[in-house]
Amino acid sequence: MSTLEIKDLHVSIDTEQGTKEILKGVSLTIRTGETHAIMGPNGSGKSTLASTIAGHPRYNVTSGTITLDGEDVLAMSVDERARAGMFLAMQYPVEVPGVSMTNFLRTAKTAIDGEAPKLRTWTKDVKAAMAQLRIDADFTQRNVNEGFSGGEKKRVEILQLELFKPKFAILDETDSGLDVDALKVVSEGVNRAHAEGNMGTLLITHYTRILRYIKPDFVHVFVDGQVVEEGGPELADRLEEEGYDRYATGAGAATIAAADAAAQA
Amino acid sequence: MTDITTEKARIGAPSAQPFINGFTEEGESLSPLNAAESKSPLAGEAVKRHSHGGGVGVPDSSRAGRLTSYKLADFKPLTGMEEDWRFTPLKRLRGLHTEVLNGAAPSVSVTAPDNVIVETVGRDDRRIGSAAIPEDRVSANAWENFTEATVITVPAEVQADGEVSVLLTGQGTAASAQHVVIVAEKFSKSVVVLDHQGTAVVSENIEILVEDGAQLTVISLQEWNDDAVHASSQQAKLGRDAKFKHIVVSLGGDLVRVTPSARFTAPGAEAELFGLYFADAGQHLEQRLFVDHAVANCKSNVLYKGALQGRNAHTVWVGDVLIRKEAEGTDTYEANRNLVLTDGARADSVPNLEIETGLIAGAGHASATGRFDDQHLFYLMARGIPEEVARRLVVRGFLNEIIQKIKVPAIEERLTAAVERELAATNH
Ligand SMILES: Nc1ncnc2c1ncn2[C@@H]1O[C@H](COP(=O)(O)OP(=O)(O)OP(=O)(O)O)[C@@H](O)[C@H]1O
Ligand SMILES: [Mg+2]
Repeated sequence: MSTLEIKDLHVSIDTEQGTKEILKGVSLTIRTGETHAIMGPNGSGKSTLASTIAGHPRYNVTSGTITLDGEDVLAMSVDERARAGMFLAMQYPVEVPGVSMTNFLRTAKTAIDGEAPKLRTWTKDVKAAMAQLRIDADFTQRNVNEGFSGGEKKRVEILQLELFKPKFAILDETDSGLDVDALKVVSEGVNRAHAEGNMGTLLITHYTRILRYIKPDFVHVFVDGQVVEEGGPELADRLEEEGYDRYATGAGAATIAAADAAAQA
Repeated sequence: MTDITTEKARIGAPSAQPFINGFTEEGESLSPLNAAESKSPLAGEAVKRHSHGGGVGVPDSSRAGRLTSYKLADFKPLTGMEEDWRFTPLKRLRGLHTEVLNGAAPSVSVTAPDNVIVETVGRDDRRIGSAAIPEDRVSANAWENFTEATVITVPAEVQADGEVSVLLTGQGTAASAQHVVIVAEKFSKSVVVLDHQGTAVVSENIEILVEDGAQLTVISLQEWNDDAVHASSQQAKLGRDAKFKHIVVSLGGDLVRVTPSARFTAPGAEAELFGLYFADAGQHLEQRLFVDHAVANCKSNVLYKGALQGRNAHTVWVGDVLIRKEAEGTDTYEANRNLVLTDGARADSVPNLEIETGLIAGAGHASATGRFDDQHLFYLMARGIPEEVARRLVVRGFLNEIIQKIKVPAIEERLTAAVERELAATNH
């Protein structure tokens, strides 16, 4: 049982116009076995949160903490975070020239486990996981993400999720750019990883579509770098109907609650 | 790869452009040493040029129209404006284009299987000029100045057991001339390794004759010391059904400029031209190749890959492939890929495909220069891979594609180790 705890996180980036604050005090606790959905409009800072957890150097944490079972995640380098059990499925997976998938997967697995996987079982595992995600076998010979379609890149992210078995998976818009069939295939992958019982999931999405296949325990609505509303799966259904319009930029949770009360009166 | 810049190939030449400086309609003049040889390996007259609408960038003449001559005097002094010298820092040639090349040439030591013949011959040997003719001033300068040549002959139908290893060790910084002739006789099969080491300032002509049905691999390794300057023309002439594989590996030296060519003289032949280069701070590594599809039904495949790191690391790749009117049924592909590892390095890449007949099996080219940047690093590190391992993974994987083509285990191992050393230098 592990806990990933984010407390009052403030994050800014350096732009040509100066420093820009993107996350304005985010708090979130995820435990093994839980699935949290973070939903929010474009530009609200969802990817910033994901990248900050993973340790992308562009994002500066100005205050707040991230801990994994009490360990200071912010003090860890990017690779240390991954080895500690964090996994970020990226919104835009990067193409890496010159490195074959086979080589990449084996090197990463070795780094994460601290020892090389047994060759025979590993090859078998990779093959099986690829087949389940409907990824062609010849992808292992191709360079990491190079020339993959958007949907193929997302599947390959989930392939890694299944093979690396992290403690916490952060899925940044894994659903975007997928057709319905691919969405199902990818969701099944996430659910399989989840079913092993050792993983907590932070599912970032703009749309509710993926929540039909991956059931969240908690839903957090993210607007302008803050969580403005939290609830159970029913909140997602509401967002599906009403969209984000009622969360005017800058509106805090309290304002929303008041507006809701007024609407119901 | 993110951040890819794909240079648009210049296919053909804009027909309104004048010929390059120094071109004369008479073109070539045959070596006085070789009066008996009535036909040069180049198909003489300028071939009608052809534009496929690609014509962008600096005007270029058809490769077919380039001046070739055994006489230094036929080549004008270099200004650096010439199409084929425009990337080369002439100042760093250390006199290869201006001096009499009478310094001590790199010593030659050949280790060969018993069934291969190795000779040292004078300038009047009949095999001199059998496969090559200088195409630039530096090459002609060496031709005019070399005193003796090494001739390696793989006799007809001989399968050389083990590779022929030619160790060329630089003898210092006096500008010098070198000449090597490799003859793979009919139906022979062999691998020749030219291993350049030490310190030298040398212009070198390597003539390669691949006779009918012969299979020859030539591997030219440039692992010079940091101060070496090396210009090497490596021209191959291919007979019917010949199979030729040429691999250039340039790692060491201040300035290394290799100009390999493969000329088809009869149908059914195949040429593979591969290259690997790794330029560090301040190094200039240049490769300009030419594949001359002068006859029908030949195949060529070109792949050069380069890595660059450090300030003012500069690499140049120019790939001229000419499919002449006669060369129906040609199948050709050329590609160059560069990986820039740090700021301040520059890779120039120019594929030139000239097609004078529509009746070909295939013709293609590709050129891409990618950067190993923070995004790549982040992605690999986000999967638990430490930074150093990530960097090595990328470069090793990238260059390994060429190393694997060498198929001489001892050399593959040596180059893998050499690439690791180059990588280790990144940190310093
Ligand atoms: N490198 C950057 N330079 C300038 N602005 C940036 C940069 N990265 C993020 N931002 C800005 O920070 C804000 C949050 O961006 P982020 O990508 O985190 O949003 P998001 O919620 O993931 O959006 P989307 O739904 O489009 O993926 C946006 O206003 C964005 O323009
Ligand atoms: Mg995003």
